[in-house]
Amino acid sequence: MNNNEKSLKKSLGRGLVIALVLIVFAYAFQVTDVDFGTTRDEVRQTSITRVLRALAHPDIFVYETEELDVEIPFYLPCPEGETPSLPEAPSSEPYITASAACGAAGEILTVEGFNFPTYAQGPLNFVTASGVKKQLEKFQADADGYFIYEIETPNRQPVAEAQAIRATVRTNVGSPKWSDNAIATWEKIIETIFIALLATFIGTLIAIPTSFVAARNLMVENTSPLTSIAFSIIGWIIGLWAGLQAANRLVALFEPIQENLLLGLVGLLVSVGLLYAVLRWSIPAEDSEKKSLGLRIISSLGMVIFSISTVVLFGISFRALGAAMIEPLGIFGFLGNFIFQIGEIVVMLTPGLVGIVTGAILGSILSKIGQRISDNRPAAQVRLTNIILASVAGAALFAILGAGVEWFYQLANPIKTLYIPAAVGAILGLILALTTSAKKPMPTGLIFYTITRTILNGTRSVEPLVMAIVAVIWVGIGPFAGSLALALHTVAALAKLYSEQVESISAGPIEAVQATGANQLQTIIYAVVPQIIPPYISFTMYRWDINVRMSTIIGFVGGGGIGFLLSQNINLLDYRAASAQMLAIAVVVATMDYISSVIREKFV
Amino acid sequence: MLEIKNLSKRYEGGPLALDDVSFDIPQGEFLAVIGLSGSGKSTLLRCINRLIEPTAGDIIWDGINVTEASDDELRTVRRKIGMVFQHFNLVSRSTVLTNVLSGRLGYVNPAMSFLNKFPQEDIDNAHKELERVGIAEKAHQRADELSGGQQQRVGIARAMMQNPAIILADEPVASLDPVLAHSIMQHLEKINKEQGVTILCSLHFLDLVHKYADRAIALNDGKLMYDGPPSGIDDAKFKEIYGKDAERVG
Repeated sequence: MNNNEKSLKKSLGRGLVIALVLIVFAYAFQVTDVDFGTTRDEVRQTSITRVLRALAHPDIFVYETEELDVEIPFYLPCPEGETPSLPEAPSSEPYITASAACGAAGEILTVEGFNFPTYAQGPLNFVTASGVKKQLEKFQADADGYFIYEIETPNRQPVAEAQAIRATVRTNVGSPKWSDNAIATWEKIIETIFIALLATFIGTLIAIPTSFVAARNLMVENTSPLTSIAFSIIGWIIGLWAGLQAANRLVALFEPIQENLLLGLVGLLVSVGLLYAVLRWSIPAEDSEKKSLGLRIISSLGMVIFSISTVVLFGISFRALGAAMIEPLGIFGFLGNFIFQIGEIVVMLTPGLVGIVTGAILGSILSKIGQRISDNRPAAQVRLTNIILASVAGAALFAILGAGVEWFYQLANPIKTLYIPAAVGAILGLILALTTSAKKPMPTGLIFYTITRTILNGTRSVEPLVMAIVAVIWVGIGPFAGSLALALHTVAALAKLYSEQVESISAGPIEAVQATGANQLQTIIYAVVPQIIPPYISFTMYRWDINVRMSTIIGFVGGGGIGFLLSQNINLLDYRAASAQMLAIAVVVATMDYISSVIREKFV
Repeated sequence: MLEIKNLSKRYEGGPLALDDVSFDIPQGEFLAVIGLSGSGKSTLLRCINRLIEPTAGDIIWDGINVTEASDDELRTVRRKIGMVFQHFNLVSRSTVLTNVLSGRLGYVNPAMSFLNKFPQEDIDNAHKELERVGIAEKAHQRADELSGGQQQRVGIARAMMQNPAIILADEPVASLDPVLAHSIMQHLEKINKEQGVTILCSLHFLDLVHKYADRAIALNDGKLMYDGPPSGIDDAKFKEIYGKDAERVG
C-alpha cells in the first residue's frame, strides 16, 4: 500500500465522520422540533416581550397610592335636540377634553389631557351613570403632563343622562412597603433554605458510614470462610427478629410512663446511670485484662438491656417533655416541638435499631464461632457443617426475599412466596457448600460492596423530583416531603462521591496503622478518616449547593419551599410575582455558592 | 525468635516475588536485607506481619505460626512487631503526637481509642519517645509540616510505642539524603544496642550495611542469594546479587 492510497483512505474516513455528525445533528433538529420561524412570529414576540417586561418588574414593593379623578360628562348616545357642550377648561388644574361631548356606541373619539403631573399614569375609564367603570385605555402623560388617545365609545344601553369619561391619576405616596408577595416569598425562601439544610445534614449523616462500605479498597480485604458467613446470616436473622420483639415489648412496657413526665425522666437517669456503671465495669482500660467468659456474657447482656431501656426511655420522656414545653414557651414553642419530634424519631426507630444491633451482635458472635470451627476442625467436619448451615442460611435468606415479594405483589400463595424460594435458597446454599473448598475464604467484603453500590446507583438514578412525588403521597404536601426526598437522594449521591474519595486515599498510612495491630474500625478512624476530611467537607458543601437549588424547584411537585409559590404564580400568569421568587432563588443560590466556597477554602 | 521457613509469595498473575526463602533471626540481631528494587525485599518484610498474605511457607514468631493465626491472634502478633517505612506512612493531617500514639492501637481499649482517648501513661511515653528521637517540641504540629528526616523519626517513635520485640524497617533511609540517612540509622542502631530490639532492615547502600548490620541476607528475583556477615559480600558475590553489569558505589 503506498502513501497516496493511505492518505486517500484517511480523507475518506474523515469525510464519512463529518457526514455522520451532520446527519446526527440534522436528525436532532427534526426530533427536537427546531423551528426558528416561530421566534420571529409577531404574536409570540409580543407575549415574550410582555413576560420579560413583567419579569423585569418583580412584585416586591408596594406604595400607598392617592387617586385623582379628572372627568368630563359624556352622553351616549347624543340627547335629542340640543348638543351638549364640553365644560370650560380650567387653566391650572389637570383636565381632559374630548373631540365630542356625546356620540353613538362604537364611535371613535379623541381624548386629550392637559396639566397632568409629569409622566402621570392610570386608567382612562368610561363611567356609567350607576358608577360602573369600563377601561378604555391606560394613559401615560408626557413630560408636559399632556396625553392624547383615540378611543372607541363602549357599546352600552342608551341612557338619557350624562355619563362620564374619567382619567384617574394614581400617584405613589410615602415610602415603599413590602408587598404581600414579597412577604410570602421571604417565608418560603427561609423554608427552602431549611429544607436544604436538613436534607444535607441527614443525608451526610447516613452517607458517611455507607461510603466506607461502598469503598472497594476497604472492603476487598474482608473475607471469611463459608462456615462463618452461614453462622453470621443465621445469627443476624435470629438477632433481628429477637431484637424487634424485645424492643416492641419494652416500648409497650414503658407506655404507661408516657403520660408521667417526671417518672420518665427519673427512669431515664437511672437507666443511663446503670448503663454507665456496666460500661465502666466491663470495659477495662487495657485490652489485656480479659474477664472470664461468664462475666463477659453477663456484662454484655447488661449493656444490651440498659442500652435499649435508655433509648426507649429517652424517646418517651423527650416526647412528653417536648409536648409539655410547647405551650409555656410561647414563640419558642418550636424548641418544644423539636424535642417532641426527636423523641418521636427515637421511639419510631427504636425497634428497628435494636433489631439491627442485636442482629449485629448475634451475627458477629456466631460468625466468630464459625470462624473458630473453620480454623480448628478437620476439613470434612467443616464441610458437613457448611452443607447444613449454608442450606439453612440460604433458605432463610430467600424466604425473606419471598416475604418481600409477597408484600409487593400480594400473591397470597405460600407455595410461590415461601416454599419455593426457601427451597431454591437451600439448594443454592448447598451448591455453594459443595462446590467450594471447605475453608476457602469468601469475598464477603466485595459482596457487601457490590450490593451497596448497586442500591446507591439505583437510588441515585431516580431524580429527587420523582422521589418527592412519592414522599408527598407518604407524608402529605409540604416541606417535610421535600426534605425526605432530598435527603434520600443526598445519601445516594454523597455516598458514591465519598466512597470514591476513600478509594483514592494513600494506602501507606493504612498499612502503617494496620501494622501496629489496630483492628479495622481503628484503622478507619486513625488512617482513613484524617485523609478524607477535606474532600468530605468539600463534597458536603457541593451537595448543600445542589440541595439549595433542588429545594427551590421541589415545590413544583408539592415538596414545599419556594417552588410551590413559583409554580402557582406561573400558572396564574402572574409573572411579576414569579419574578420576585426567581430573584429570591438567584440571591440565595449565589449566596450559598459564595459561603460554600469560603468554607471549602478554609478546610481544603 | 523469628523463623522463616520456605516462604513463597506469588502475586496474582505474576511471577514468584518470593521463592522458597528460609532464614531465621536470633533475638537482638541487626539483620540487613539487600537486593535490587523489585527483588522481593518489601514483600518479604510485609509477609512477616502479614500485611501481604504469603502464598506458601511458615513464619514462626515466638512459637506462634503467624501464617495460620486468626485475626485476633494476628493483631496480638502485629503489636509486638514495629514497622518503619520508606515513605514514612504518617497520617499527614494528624498531629505528630496522634501519629505516635497510634502505635498503641493494638493495646488500648478500642472503644476509648475511637474517641481519641489514650491512657495518660501512653501520652507520657509518646512524649518520651519523641524526645528520644530529638523532636519533642514538634508533638503538636501536623505531621506533614515536618521535613523528611523528622517524619522518619516520628515513624520510629510510632514503632517504639508498640514496645516491639522486633522492628521491620523497609528501606527506612531510601528517601533521605546521606547525612539524614546516617542519623536515622544511628537511631535504629541505638534501639538495637540499648534496648535489645531485633532489627530487620532492608537497605540499598552497601556501606550502610557494612556500618550497621550484624548480618546480611540478599535477595535476587525472590531467591535468597546470600546469608552471612556483611564483610562476606565480595565482588563476586556482589555481581551475583546485583547482576553482572552492576558497579559498586559508596
